[in-house]
Parts: sequence; structure tokens; C-alpha cells
Amino acid sequence: MTSTAASTTPLLAALDTVRDPELDEPITSLGFVAACTVSPGGDAEVRLRLPTYFCAPNFAYLMVADAYDAVTAVPGVRTARVLLEDHFAADAINGGVAAQAGFAQSFDGEAVGELHDLRRDFLRKAVLAGTDQVCRALQADGADQERLRTLTLGEVPPSAALERLRQRRAELGLPAGDDALLLVDPATGAPVGADAVPVHLRRARVTAISLAANGSICRGMLRHRYDIPGEEYE
Amino acid sequence: MYEKDGEKYFVVDSHMHYWNAAPDNWVPGAEQYAKGWIECFHAYQGLGPPETHWSIEHFEKYSEDDLMKDVFEDGHVDVAVFQPTYLKEWYKEGFNTTERNALMGEKHPGKFVYNTRFDPRDGDAGLEELKRNVERFGSKGVKLYTAEWNAGSRGYKLTDPAAYRFLEAAQDLGIKNIHVHKGPTIWPLDKDAFDVSDVDHAATDFPGLNFIVEHVGLPRIEDFCFMATQEPNVYAGLAVVIGGLMHARPRFFAKVMGELLFWVGEDKMTFGSDYAIWEPKWQVEGFVDWEMPETEEFSDYPRLGTAGKKKILGLNAAKLYGIEVPAECQLPAGAPASREDAELVD
Repeated sequence: MTSTAASTTPLLAALDTVRDPELDEPITSLGFVAACTVSPGGDAEVRLRLPTYFCAPNFAYLMVADAYDAVTAVPGVRTARVLLEDHFAADAINGGVAAQAGFAQSFDGEAVGELHDLRRDFLRKAVLAGTDQVCRALQADGADQERLRTLTLGEVPPSAALERLRQRRAELGLPAGDDALLLVDPATGAPVGADAVPVHLRRARVTAISLAANGSICRGMLRHRYDIPGEEYE
Repeated sequence: MYEKDGEKYFVVDSHMHYWNAAPDNWVPGAEQYAKGWIECFHAYQGLGPPETHWSIEHFEKYSEDDLMKDVFEDGHVDVAVFQPTYLKEWYKEGFNTTERNALMGEKHPGKFVYNTRFDPRDGDAGLEELKRNVERFGSKGVKLYTAEWNAGSRGYKLTDPAAYRFLEAAQDLGIKNIHVHKGPTIWPLDKDAFDVSDVDHAATDFPGLNFIVEHVGLPRIEDFCFMATQEPNVYAGLAVVIGGLMHARPRFFAKVMGELLFWVGEDKMTFGSDYAIWEPKWQVEGFVDWEMPETEEFSDYPRLGTAGKKKILGLNAAKLYGIEVPAECQLPAGAPASREDAELVD
């Protein structure tokens, strides 16, 4: 990634908060930020790139729009331009975000609504995947499934995974306080019945693995596409 | 056939292609899509072992001889199932059509199974074409690419009434196997284009058809697994899982395999190399050698033994397509009964 020194730090910090909704990871650590500059006068420009020319345009739109919002909110930024590169729908997305047109208008005739429901669907997946992360650590320490079912968030030892799970649950409007149960239905927030715990945990695990596997494929393809020196295969 | 440690594996490559994606086949005005598509495929190849990578020029257009050598001579494959992908909006003669596949295959009797395709947006003319293709090529399967562009449309769902009409017609024509490939630009764009719930509905409504979800619904493995566990006629096509993860991400590969073995089971998983994205040789050899890691992280996943590998590499697909398997490659009589036997549904 290219960037001008010092003054882009707040910009990059803002971009750290922008996530790929499908992968639930920051666009910065995914390598999607190709360039990031800001002029002395406060004109910011961010260039984004994705693993393929045909990456899903709805998620691409969300990332460009979220990046625009994040950069615009940085103190001292006067104007912001966020440009998606090398993508079949780049013109529609870049133009739509710049004009604050909304998704349905940017893809006139191809989308019947905005992307809120889509984002929520994927937040639910992120909650399930995060539940798996937290539960695995607890199970490694000897917690059985009945214990997991009755545990509240406040009783779980603090960790980055727990904090992240709480944030995702709060974003969805699910209970996220100390008294809230660790295991809840990500669609309704209802407790998980004793009979349903094994399938709930299995489902959480396959969701976590799916997200991580997708992320690894995306990273591999991005490296190939832009000839980025590779991290070692794990 | 592949032989290792005295075990003989009958190999059916149930998902492979013979394409022409070179500039001579690009539709004027759509060059950027044709180029973008093949470059995207080429990036997938980058996930395989470096010594198997091709130049983009070779990747865009390989010869019949290349295919025969890579797939059969070096690749251990006994029978290969051609899966057509038309994409005629971007490629003048199509990316790889049933005709192109069959023209090549007829020089090599017994080596290929010709699947065809349909597009529910093609209406009556499409139904006629499907009928002609089934009669001419003896197709028992179709490959559906739901994100294909067609006259301004960016895709369809299997639950569209028009799709049901085609599924009914296909069934009447003797089609058994529906290979579904989910892609990213399906209409409407504000929904999740990779969502597999339409396959769920169609599988319930067409119990006489088998639905093989290619690349196991990637990037929606979790939704696919949950659906497949409830639908007896849904199969996991392993194209991309082996090619994209086994070499590049062995730990993820083991986890994804563990999930598939748990939710779907070894009787309903089929190998596909996705050639020419990846050559079959390293995939077949690596898969036969593969073992679930013995560490705690993988402790509660089902294990995959030699019998399971034989099923996945060829025996399951042979049943789906009625391909005769030499006695020496069959599982010994009295082998443990499978949970749910894969077979041609009649």
C-alpha cells in the first residue's frame, strides 16, 4: 500500500473500523486498501482493491460507502474520495457513493432495496462465528455444554474475542450486557434450549470455519492478483 | 486409475472444463468481462502448488492434447464429466459449450460424460435446445450457473417459476443430476447472491433429481452444510475445496473436510478437479495421502479412511452417472454399509 507519511495515520485508523461484511475483518488487514493519501488542505483519497474483478458488488458497495463515511468523519478532512479499482461495477459504485445516491439508485433496476438486511444477515453470521471462538476457549478450560448454556457474558473471562462478540451483538441489537446469556439465537436473541445446544455449537463452528476459509481464499487471490509477496502458507 | 500402497482408486473427475477464453473468442464491447473472468480463474490457480501454475496465455487456451495428458495420462482420471459454462454474453462461441466438449470427447470414446446446461430465461427456445442436447449427447446431468448474464439480467434463482419449468422438462428427458454453481452477480443485487436456499427448495420439490452443489456452496459452506444435512438428494461437489485449500491452506482444508464429513458424509461428496483451474494429478495424489490431523483441534471430526477416499474420488460419482467400475476398484463386499447410499434415483 502507498500512503503519505504521518498525516495518513488518522485516516488509516478510520479505515481500520471498516470491515468486509462477508468476512468480518477490517479492510486494512485484508489488504484491500491500495492507497491512502491526504493533501495539506484536507483532501483525502482512498483507493480500494478486491481479490477479483467479479467480487460481489453489494459487499463492495458497502465497503466503499463505509470507507467514505469513516474518512469523512476524520477531523481535518475537508473532502473525501473513495475509489474502487479493477472491478466490473467500479463506475456504478464509485459514482453512487460520491453522489450519496444509495445502493438501489446506484444500481438502478438491478437492486430493489438498500443493503441493511444483507448487512444484518452477515452480522448474525459474525455473532455465530464469535460465539464459537469464545466457547472453544471455555471448553478447552473444561466447561461442558450445560455450563455454556447457562453462562452469562459477565461470567466469561475477558478476552478480545469476547469484546468483539459483544460489539457484534450490540450492533445487531441483541443483548450484550453482563447479564445476557452467552448462547442466544442470533436472529431473535432468545436463549438456546438444552436440546438445541449441540447443534447451535456445531453451527457456530462451521460458520467460523467458513468465514476463515473464505478469508484465506480471498487473501490468496489478492496476493496473486497484485503480485503481493506472500505470507507463508499455514 | 490411481494405485497407492496396494489400493486401487477409480477416479471420476466430476467437474472439469475444456474452454477457450483467448482474445479471439471475446465478444467486442465485452472484452473487459471476458478478460476479468479468465483472470479471476487464473488467480484461483495461484492457490495450487507453484510447479503446477500456467502462464495466462496457456491458461486462456489449452489444446486437446494438453487436456488428455493432464487429466488422463498424468492425472489418474478414468472418466471425466464435462461441465459446460456458456457465458455467451462475453465469449463469442461460449466459454465451454456442450458442443465444444463433445467435439473433442467423441475422439476418445468412454473417457467423457457430457453434461449440458439450460438457462430458464431462454424460454421455449431454451427448452428445445435442452431436448436437442440431451438427445444428441446423451446427457444425464446439467450444469447451472445461476449468475450468468442474459439479455440485461444478472442471474436467476432455482425457485423462479421458469426454472421449475426447466427442471420438470429436464427430469422428463431423463436428466438425473443438477450441478449448481452459485456466482456473485445474481439479481436482485441487494440480496445475497451466494445464498443456497433456492437449492434447498428445489431439492425438496424435486426428490427424483440429485443436486450437486459445486464448490460446496463456497463462500456459504455453513448454509450449504446445514441444508445438505436435511436434504437426502443434495451432494457436495469438492471442486475448489481440494484445489483451493489442500495445498494453500492445509489446516483450513482439514477443518472444511471435517465439517463436510460431519454434516454431509463421505457418501455424498464428489471429487472434481475444476480443470483447467487445477490439474488433477496433485489433487488425486495429495487427497489419497491426506489424513485428518491428530491434534485436539480436530479430535471430534469423523475420520476418512481408504474406503471413504475411494467413494469421494470416484465411486460416488460413478453411481450418480451409472459408470461401470472395474471389480478391482470396487469396495469389497461386506464393507460397512454406508449411511445413505448414493445412487441413481429412479
